[in-house]
Amino acid sequence: MPGTETSLLRFSTAGSVDDGKSTLIGRLLYDSKGVYEDQLASVAKASANSSGGVIDLALLTDGLRAEREQGITIDVAYRYFSTPRRKFIIADTPGHEQYTRNMATGASTADLAIILIDARNGILPQSRRHAFIANLLGTRHLVVAVNKMDLVDFDQSVFETIRSEFSAFLKKAGAPEALFIPISARDGDNVVSLSSKSSWYTGPSLLDYLETVPAGAESEYLPARFPVQYVLRPDLDFRGYAGQMASGVLRQGESVIALPSRRRSTISRIVTFDGDLAEVRAPQSVTLCLSDEIDISRGDMIVPERQLPHVTRRFRAHVVWMSSKPLEAGQTMLVKHTSHQVRALVRKIEHRLDIVQLDKQQTGRLDLNEIGEITLDAHRPLFFDEYSKNRWTGGFILIDPLTNETAGAGMIIAAEGREETRGPVTAAERVSRFGHRGAVVCVEDMDAAVFLERELFNLGCNVAVAGRLPSNAATVLYSAGMLAIAVGPVMPNAIDARGLAVAEVLELLEIRGVLTGSRPRLIEGDGI
Amino acid sequence: MTHLDILEAESIHILREVAAEFANPVMLYSIGKDSSVMVRLAQKAFYPGTLPFPLLHIDTTYKFPEMIQFRDEFAASIGAKLIVHTNTTAIAEGANPFRLGTQKCCALLKTRALLDALAAGGYDAAFGGARRDEEKSRAKERVYSFRDELGQWDPKNQRPELWNVYNARVDKGQHIRVFPLSNWTELDIWQYIERENIPIVPLYYAKPRPMVVRGNALVSLDHNAPLLPGEKPEMVMCRMRSLGCSHCTGAIRSEADTIGKIIEEMKLVRRSERENRVIDHDQEGSMELKKREGYF
Repeated sequence: MPGTETSLLRFSTAGSVDDGKSTLIGRLLYDSKGVYEDQLASVAKASANSSGGVIDLALLTDGLRAEREQGITIDVAYRYFSTPRRKFIIADTPGHEQYTRNMATGASTADLAIILIDARNGILPQSRRHAFIANLLGTRHLVVAVNKMDLVDFDQSVFETIRSEFSAFLKKAGAPEALFIPISARDGDNVVSLSSKSSWYTGPSLLDYLETVPAGAESEYLPARFPVQYVLRPDLDFRGYAGQMASGVLRQGESVIALPSRRRSTISRIVTFDGDLAEVRAPQSVTLCLSDEIDISRGDMIVPERQLPHVTRRFRAHVVWMSSKPLEAGQTMLVKHTSHQVRALVRKIEHRLDIVQLDKQQTGRLDLNEIGEITLDAHRPLFFDEYSKNRWTGGFILIDPLTNETAGAGMIIAAEGREETRGPVTAAERVSRFGHRGAVVCVEDMDAAVFLERELFNLGCNVAVAGRLPSNAATVLYSAGMLAIAVGPVMPNAIDARGLAVAEVLELLEIRGVLTGSRPRLIEGDGI
Repeated sequence: MTHLDILEAESIHILREVAAEFANPVMLYSIGKDSSVMVRLAQKAFYPGTLPFPLLHIDTTYKFPEMIQFRDEFAASIGAKLIVHTNTTAIAEGANPFRLGTQKCCALLKTRALLDALAAGGYDAAFGGARRDEEKSRAKERVYSFRDELGQWDPKNQRPELWNVYNARVDKGQHIRVFPLSNWTELDIWQYIERENIPIVPLYYAKPRPMVVRGNALVSLDHNAPLLPGEKPEMVMCRMRSLGCSHCTGAIRSEADTIGKIIEEMKLVRRSERENRVIDHDQEGSMELKKREGYF
């Protein structure tokens, strides 16, 4: 059981009645004491009705009457257990094709997926389906548990054959490398501790790996995104924007932009019930106050000035279709994305994905449990990142406006069409477009200036020689986001490049934060 | 961030989503430990403002008297609006747990009363403090649990719920039950109560109480519960692990008279929290059946 200083790992499993998924979860719950005696007793009572004798650990997890009666898992169930190191949330999902939507649901919040393969049967279409969906939904870590090793006498060659064949599939699907573990969920081999029956296996036990794999921390290192959920105005003196950091870090005093208005301001306070904070990081829930009275409402997004998301009406996305009513071009759906909801027209069904054969098929529609690529035209612009970069600002649901059902899950692939521009062009937009900040660079004479201009221009920089023009010309170019090359005495705040070779100038520009990397176009946030 | 920080942030997100997207939400307040945590999370979600929705207590009139006293003092102390609803018609007609049996009593004084109160208030969203680890049908419940015009739950036809994006669309007469504590376990609740110093009903702390020992159960004498032949009350050192109506909530033998000792006890305990809730066990899958009919 955890202390109060433990971390949290969310993982998903998928499988059907035969591959031992429920038994594996029952084993993890049972061995970590995540199940109580009276629950075991009620399972024993239910086991007596069906199999008799041995307690069926699978019955611990199948919660609905229909599931217990039919011996199948229908819906996503969430299970909890903890060890002294970690609290775990399991999204336990069915594995059959008709439950693809439940698999996607379970994978959407998971840091890790356990893919179960029955050692006797080898790789089945549903093993591939689960791995594909886990990867499509952005699960970072994959574990392939080759189960029922006891029934093949822990034969290493059986394990290695499955490993090489499935690794090839994962590679082709663009999935991350997986950890393969030979287990017996029924007997507990390599589940909690390593088994003497598989001395040839040198990796960690399943639980060891679950306890040590990095959990959820990567969203902190992404650009900051703060979708506004709720405007708090308890009295005339306080106006705050309540929300949960979707990714990244924001600090008090930081310059920010509110989308869609593109108004700039500064974070004046980060308010919580337990006192103000100096910084907030994902996934904390806080209330931001800004130093300017600008119009912000639910559905807006507060982002750092220099790391803007995409802002477009048209975008391409993968969709897992979840409704029995097919999706076709020309339909209007509601897109719910972060705290923002907008109507959108389905412009085109690009293709359907066969996730077992990994190929694209032409189609005019997507049926229940099918996965495809579509283009949507939203009535108002969305602020987003590609799902592959940021799951919290790249994922959305599609709601049928007539039936209100959640009809699909979308993962944005790319912005399409022109990015939205409205209001004055900001410095951040210029940075996004040019790939570098504005600067004044001083060189010794006109020849050097012209030479440097050509070099920088060839690299893709937005550059001009201000020559011997009055100093304010250089300043004007600089504030327009350009690299202005001036000749003669060094002006205040200018970069002194006199007597330097081109490579040295580039290095200096990097050090001063004008360029990142040896080429421009490397500053984060390629939107606008 | 620790697991409690992450759970807290997730729950606050849910509370704010509901307040922003529904016209008329209400928070079911059952006076128990989970409700206490849920109310604290709501205070955090809307700070420095106050709760933007009322608390609703469904009073069967068979609660422990300590609960009612705590309820009134607590609601006043945080400045929350408290609505108390009782199925007075059924009680006037003589409904009580001793006469009707637990299933019928619960259907009238809890489920019916709840549905009536939700309809009377015109609420389109109702927060509940249920957790998925409590019971196996709850493990399948969504954070936003859709209810039809009759307040019923259809477990086979639930809306998929991805990421932290919730579908808040309902038609007139339908509503959503919302469970901000879905991902908390009983131990998380106690650790959070300790960390945040959250007030709870004293019935959770062990002390000698007059009880009737009935089989493995310890039954309270409140509300003049009738004794079976040969039964005599005795003083037992015990506490409540969960709180409900006095007749249907068994106590457990315990020495845990502080939060720290309760947490230690939790780490050793081998029986589930709802074991001594009579209504969960009157038939196989009984919680699922109650939930389908509109129970929380």
